[in-house]
Amino acid sequence: MRLSDQVRFNTLVFQRYGVRTFLLLLAVGIGVASVILLTSLGEGARRYVDQEFSSLGNRLLVVLPGRKETTGGAPPIYGTVPRDLTLEDANALLRIPGVNAIAPVIAGTTTVARESRSREVITIGTTAGFFVVRKLDVGKGKILPPRADSEALAVCVLGVKLQRELFGAAPSIGQWVRVGDRRMRVIGILEERGESLGLDLRDMIIIPVRTAEQLFNSPGLFRIIIDLNVNTSIVDTEKRIRSIIRQRHEGEDDVTLVSQDAMLAAFGNILTTLTLAIGAISAISLLVAGILIMNISLISVSQRREEIGLLKAIGASSRQVRQLFMGESLLLISLGSITGIAFAFGSIFVASVLWPNFPLAPPVWAVPAAVGIALLAGLLFSIYPANRAAGLDPVLAMRGLQQ
Amino acid sequence: MIVLDSVNKTYQVGGTPLHALDNVTLSIETGEYLSVMGPSGSGKSTLLNMIGLLDHPDSGSYLFNGVATETLPEQELARLRGENIGFIFQAFHLINRLTAFENIELPMVLAGEPVKSRRSSVRQVLDMVGLGDRADHKPNQLSGGQLQRVAIARALVMHPKLLLADEPTGNLDSVSGKEVIEVLEQLNREGITLILVTHDRHIGKRANRRIRMVDGKIEKDERQGKGVKAERGERGDHAPV
Ligand SMILES: Nc1ncnc2c1ncn2[C@@H]1O[C@H](COP(=O)(O)OP(=O)(O)OP(=O)(O)O)[C@@H](O)[C@H]1O
Ligand SMILES: [Mg+2]
Repeated sequence: MRLSDQVRFNTLVFQRYGVRTFLLLLAVGIGVASVILLTSLGEGARRYVDQEFSSLGNRLLVVLPGRKETTGGAPPIYGTVPRDLTLEDANALLRIPGVNAIAPVIAGTTTVARESRSREVITIGTTAGFFVVRKLDVGKGKILPPRADSEALAVCVLGVKLQRELFGAAPSIGQWVRVGDRRMRVIGILEERGESLGLDLRDMIIIPVRTAEQLFNSPGLFRIIIDLNVNTSIVDTEKRIRSIIRQRHEGEDDVTLVSQDAMLAAFGNILTTLTLAIGAISAISLLVAGILIMNISLISVSQRREEIGLLKAIGASSRQVRQLFMGESLLLISLGSITGIAFAFGSIFVASVLWPNFPLAPPVWAVPAAVGIALLAGLLFSIYPANRAAGLDPVLAMRGLQQ
Repeated sequence: MIVLDSVNKTYQVGGTPLHALDNVTLSIETGEYLSVMGPSGSGKSTLLNMIGLLDHPDSGSYLFNGVATETLPEQELARLRGENIGFIFQAFHLINRLTAFENIELPMVLAGEPVKSRRSSVRQVLDMVGLGDRADHKPNQLSGGQLQRVAIARALVMHPKLLLADEPTGNLDSVSGKEVIEVLEQLNREGITLILVTHDRHIGKRANRRIRMVDGKIEKDERQGKGVKAERGERGDHAPV
C-alpha cells in the first residue's frame, strides 16, 4: 500500500468519525502546547536573569573573604572568615591594570529615622565606585564623594521609597536623618529603579564605607566588587588579585573570586534544570493523550471489525492492517502536534505583546521534545490496538463476532 | 487448480466436537462452475473460506495452483488471496464511507498498484457489471442488486482466476438475484473458475458440477445431470469392517 493511499484512507476514517477525531486532536494539541508553553516560562525566567545581568553591561568580578572550594555557587553570606578583607585590600586592588572601578561593600541592616518616622533597611557601606559598578545614578542630589573611600563622612544616599517614607513630600536633600546611633546628611536620592539582582534599590541606604565600619563596628568587608574594562582578561586579573592579596595576607590568598560569568552560569543551571522539570511534568499530559488514543483505538477496532475482516479477505496481510491502524494514530498525533504548536506560538505572541519585558520563548529543544514524546506515546499506545486489529480472524470478524 | 485432501475443521461446542469439515477430499479444475448446496450448518461457508485461504484446516492438505498452502506464512497467503481469489458475500461487505469506485479500487490500493492502472481497471469492471454511471455513489445510495454488483466488480478488479461466492443472492429479490447470477456465469464462460454456495435449488442446478454437503461431509458430487457418488471414503478408509 502506498503512503499517499494510506494517508487518504486514514483521512476518510477521520472524516467519518469527526467528533472522535476532533477530541483526540484536542487532547494531543493541549499536551504539546502545555509542554511548549510551560518550558517557555522556565526559559523566559532564565533569559530574564540573563538580561538583568547583562543590563549591568560590564564585566564584574566579586572578591569574597574566605576560601571556598566550589566555584560558581552563590556567594556565601556568612561563612567562617579566616582573615578580614579590608578597605586597604580593596584600595590596593585599584592598582591592577584594566580595573575600571572598585566597590568595597559592607552590608547590614540599620534603623533609619527622621523625627517620629523610622524604618529598618538594608544598609550598604561603600564608595563612589559602587555607583559605577552597579550602573546606579541619583535622581536628585549627588552620589557619594570620592573621599568616601577613606573618610568616615556623615553623609548618605537614600532609595526613593525610603525617602518617601521618611520625608513624604518635604524636601530631603541637605536634611539630617538618624542612621543607627549617628546623624547623617542626605546628599542624594537614587533614581527610580526596581529590583536589581535581588536588591530592592528603592528601599535602602548607601553610606561611606568607613562610616559603615564604625556603625557596624567591624573592619571586615562583606565583599569587593570589581568592574573590569572590556578587553581585560578575567583570568589574568584573578591571578593579579590573588598575588596582591597574598602579599597583604601573609602569603595566603584566602579569598574567593566569583566572576559574573560564573554567577550567570549558576543561575542558568538552576533555571535550566527547573525548565526541564516543568517540561517533564507537562509531558504527563501527553501520556494521558496517549492512553486516550489507545482507548479510542480499541473502540474503533471493535467497531470496524467487519471492515478489517473484509480488508484481509481482499488481500491485506496482518502487517498491513497493523500498519493502517498505527498510521492512523501517528497521523492523528502529527495533526494534533501541529495544532498544539500553532496554539503555543500564538499564545507566546500574545503574551509578548501583553508583557513585552518578559522574554517568553520556548527553549530550542521544547518543540522537538514535545512532538517526539507525543509520537512515542502514540506509537506505544497504538501498538496494542493495532495488534488486536491485525490479529483478528477474518472469518469471525466478517460475521461481526467477538473472538 | 484446487486439491483438498482429507481436510478437517473441528470446533469445540460445549465440550462436544463439531465437525464443520469432516475429511473433505475434493479437487476442482480451472474454469469449472461448481455449486455447493446443503442444509444450514453443513459446512458450506467453512469449505469456501478454506478454499479462499481465509481459514486454516486442522488437518489435511490443500494445494492451490500446485502450492502447498499449510506452510505458507500469513503474508504470502494474503498476497495469494489478493492476486488470485475474488470473494463475494451474502452481506456485500462494502465500506460505507467509500464510494463505489473506492470500494472497487481497494484491492488494488492494498496491492500498491499505481493510480493510473487502478483507474482504468476500476472503470473496466464497473462497465462489466453495468454500473459505469454509479462510480461516485456511496453504498447507501445503491440498491441491493447494485451493491452486490459493486462487490462483484471489487472481486474482479485484480483479475482473479477464482471467484468464491457465498450465497450472493441471499439478500436479493429474484430479479436482481438473476442478474447477479448472469454476471457471474458470463465471467465463468470467459474462463474464471466459479464456486457458488446457494440455498436456491434453481440456481444450484445451473452449475455444471453440483456438490451437496451434509454434516461437514460431501454427500453428493455430480456433473451435468449424471449423478456421481461422492468420493468420500475413497482415501484412507480401507479399514476392514
Ligand atoms: N467459529 C466457530 N465456532 C464454533 N462453531 C462454528 C464456528 N464457525 C462455524 N461453526 C459451526 O460449523 C458448522 C458449519 O458452519 P458453516 O458456516 O460452514 O455452515 P453453512 O453450511 O455455511 O451454513 P449456512 O447455510 O447457515 O450458512 C456450523 O455448525 C457452525 O455452527
Ligand atoms: Mg454459510
